[in-house]
Amino acid sequence: MTIIPTYVILSPVVGDINSLESSSKVITKKLITLWVLGHRRLNKFKANFKFARTLFVVLSLLVVSVFSASCVGFGSSQSTFEVSGPVAQNQLNLFNIILVLGVIVFVIVEAALIYVIIKFRRKNDDDIPEQTHGNRTLEITWTIIPALILIIAAIPTVSGVFFAANPPLSADEGAIVVEATGHQWWFEFDYPQYGVHTANEIHIPVDTPVIINLRSDDVIHSFWVPKLAGKVDMIPGNKNHLWFQADEAGEYLGQCAEFCGVAHANMRFRVVAESMEDFTAWTEHQLSEPQEPIEPLASQGKSLFMGARGGCMACHQVRGTNAMGKIGPDLTHVASRTTLAAGITKNTQGNLKSWIRNPEKIKPGNLMSANAPIYQENSDELTEAEISALAAYLGTLK
Amino acid sequence: MASMVFAIPRPVHPTGIWSWITTIDHKRIGILYGVTAFILFLSGGVEALLIRAQLALPDQNLVTPEVYNQLFTMHGTTMIFLAIMPLGAAFFNFVIPLQIGARDVAFPRLNAFSYWTFLAGAIILKSSWLLADAPNAGWFAYSPLTGIQANPTHGIDLWVVSLQVLGVASLAAAFNFIVTIVNLRAPGMSLMRMPIFVWMSLITAILLVLAFPVITVALFELSLDRVFGFNFFVVAAGANPVLWQHLFWVFGHPEVYILILPAMGIVSEILPTFSKKPLFGYPAVVLAGAIIAFMGWMVWSHHMFTVGLGPIANSVFAITTMAIAVPTGVKVLNWIATLWGGSISFRTPMLFALGFIAMFTIGGISGVMHAMAPSDAQQQDTYFIVAHIHYVLFGGAIFAIMAGIYYWFPKFSGKMYNESLGKLHFWIMTIGFNISFFPMHFAGMYGMPRRIYIYNEGMGWEIYNMLSTVGAFMMAFSFLIFIYNIVTNWRNGEDAPDDPWDARTLEWSISSPPPEYNFVNIPVVKTLDDWWNTKHEDSDHLPMPAAGGSEDAEEHHDIHLPQPSYWPIILSFGLMLLGFGFIYNFYVGGLGAAIAMIAVYAWSFEPVNDPEPENNNH
Repeated sequence: MTIIPTYVILSPVVGDINSLESSSKVITKKLITLWVLGHRRLNKFKANFKFARTLFVVLSLLVVSVFSASCVGFGSSQSTFEVSGPVAQNQLNLFNIILVLGVIVFVIVEAALIYVIIKFRRKNDDDIPEQTHGNRTLEITWTIIPALILIIAAIPTVSGVFFAANPPLSADEGAIVVEATGHQWWFEFDYPQYGVHTANEIHIPVDTPVIINLRSDDVIHSFWVPKLAGKVDMIPGNKNHLWFQADEAGEYLGQCAEFCGVAHANMRFRVVAESMEDFTAWTEHQLSEPQEPIEPLASQGKSLFMGARGGCMACHQVRGTNAMGKIGPDLTHVASRTTLAAGITKNTQGNLKSWIRNPEKIKPGNLMSANAPIYQENSDELTEAEISALAAYLGTLK
Repeated sequence: MASMVFAIPRPVHPTGIWSWITTIDHKRIGILYGVTAFILFLSGGVEALLIRAQLALPDQNLVTPEVYNQLFTMHGTTMIFLAIMPLGAAFFNFVIPLQIGARDVAFPRLNAFSYWTFLAGAIILKSSWLLADAPNAGWFAYSPLTGIQANPTHGIDLWVVSLQVLGVASLAAAFNFIVTIVNLRAPGMSLMRMPIFVWMSLITAILLVLAFPVITVALFELSLDRVFGFNFFVVAAGANPVLWQHLFWVFGHPEVYILILPAMGIVSEILPTFSKKPLFGYPAVVLAGAIIAFMGWMVWSHHMFTVGLGPIANSVFAITTMAIAVPTGVKVLNWIATLWGGSISFRTPMLFALGFIAMFTIGGISGVMHAMAPSDAQQQDTYFIVAHIHYVLFGGAIFAIMAGIYYWFPKFSGKMYNESLGKLHFWIMTIGFNISFFPMHFAGMYGMPRRIYIYNEGMGWEIYNMLSTVGAFMMAFSFLIFIYNIVTNWRNGEDAPDDPWDARTLEWSISSPPPEYNFVNIPVVKTLDDWWNTKHEDSDHLPMPAAGGSEDAEEHHDIHLPQPSYWPIILSFGLMLLGFGFIYNFYVGGLGAAIAMIAVYAWSFEPVNDPEPENNNH
């Protein structure tokens, strides 16, 4: 009788899994069936069985409906259920396996618990029940069965570990390589194969494995794009890597996932997957140097940027100009990015002005507010005109 | 001659506050631990409520990110080291000597010292709020974020020093309980006739002794880096910050078993009592506890699946972690089998014990999900982990501790609590708990990282966060009911009988509360659950002589009790000054060290008041 609810639970998930996963599901189902059939003790309780079975089915259905509603009804731009690449898919498949097994265990244990407390509730204060001390056979059985289930679960686990660790193509064979360096609180990105240097947003071609080499400049960060792959930490002094592949074009959200200090919550990034042509065009564009701004406001902005008043060139780089600072994100093509300040606000002129006006308000604890002379107590605040000029200049850095 | 140096006489029959300050009685020390730890638990709860208030809505700025980071660091550190561990110690203290038929622990002054040192550690940690410099790097404090460069103020130093001081307290207590359990059991109580709670406590104490040195080393290394410029964790000098993680988690994983095994012991006592059946498979439950403790040393890197240790390491630790689910599951099944065929009564302790099974099972299942490393790659550092840890630590340890408080309340207070309020507490807490923590599984799978002070509207996490906040406030409300119940009934409740639950172990054979000397005559034990055996099964068994303490019985026995002492609290005070001094002022530290050394010397040589028969029977 556990077969029916088991089937009910399994059916929503049977959809899009690969053959290794489905065969282990079949084996699991068979084992469960064997266990149920072999469990002749249940026959002793035939009279109460109907009640137990009803309880079991009700609980199973309740659990399935709760899960289905939650999985399907709501979503998120960083959902690990809405996967778009093989690594995240593999990880989700494994999760689904253990979810099914977990739900089965949950239903069995909780149903048993509810059953016993109803069936064996005290009816008479003087009753002393039989003082059973144990049952060796039962105890051995219920030790071996979970062990077997876990051994089976270990197989896709180990294969998943190796799958995520080993990119299917090496850099020489066609994989794209990105060197990612974590900083407090932004991501620096380099493409050694193309010479591209940028920050907080990477572009990748669809259907191509991408290897991300992970480093850090200061404390431990983590690189996480939930829809594409599980995270791996960026540890100073260590060389880590992960790989992923985007099966669909689109913009994917990433977030730092290892607590790294005051602005950890505001350290995010974007991965843009596009066709190979668009990707190649993007890399070429990123290599180009920006033109001298024509429009007077932007021109003013450039002088502020490069001069002592703004002082921006001390920390930021704009290739083709005197700004060669390496402390903060590269701004050569900042206007081509979809977000600002490490993925936390949309890249619009309005947001850019807000950021320049008062970065501390948008990203408390950020190092620009802490260190740039223009934001310190002893300096005159930037005027609205200066802010507009700077924003206009940065807006030309497409 | 040495004792002449110290003119301070040893206290004789102190009363009032002095009787608490100089007590070495395990029952009083247990109460001190319990009340102190519960107050600290409430402080950790306030920290949690502030966290939940900040996260209730997206884009909120109720607290700054710096304060938020301090809040979650202090919440975690408080709950683990200042709430759950000392609440466990409260039970070890009060219950173990009674359950093994002893008059006190092996080293009563050391026992008092453990409590006062715990208090010293708690003061050092909590004072960080008052000093506006609370630690802010999370309860596991990863390097290099805790290095002097990334974290120059004293918050981390207060965290380090408080944990060192708490470590001293824990180690002293662990040694004490190991010796007590090994040596002071009543005649006839072999190890396999010991109550299961005593077994779990023994295993926990052994884990403490083996695990704390590891974190002690890690903390010393971090201190040397921060204070003296050493390079254990400094990357620029060639160190690997992952070293901290290995050291921390080799301690940290056994630590979580230290947190849960006593809770499992409490539940294993309560379920048989309220189903009037023995614990099913007692040897298997003991063995499972020992296996869990042993295997707990082999799983630590499951906290590091995303650190880049490599696929072989990740695979090995995934397998060992899945393996540890087996003995854990065995225990759950043994508990259910204990209930099967029993006569179950739903008094408040039983409700919490049943709630423990239900909630801990959920936490265990999410634990197995984390064990599978590839799926953990998505779950690590998200709210899915937060959900797991709270199901096992709150739904597990705290539920069990609540069960234990209600269960032993008649024994330690001599009064009965109000049963309706107890049940109300249970239901509101259970419902609130699930409303708070179940949605976190979804928030995590939908990509919400942990330890973020803010999230934006439109991420899809709003509903889960709002539910979590509502549930948290429900739990807080339930604790108000609990506090009211306990406080009013401790003062004015109905007197409790010796054995209100018709229970199975020796503490129920003596009065509620027990006399200072516990047993008039040390009982001779014939079986497991000897008290039950005496009452119900062995009708030839002669009634135990005046166990409750009738007046005539007292006069005939030479009961030597350990005597109160000032030196444990003074030594603890010295350690506290040493701790603060190490951070702020080396002269204060020197003073603390001097006080500590004097206290150790005085303690070692203090006189034992010459026992006279008339003065001893009280």
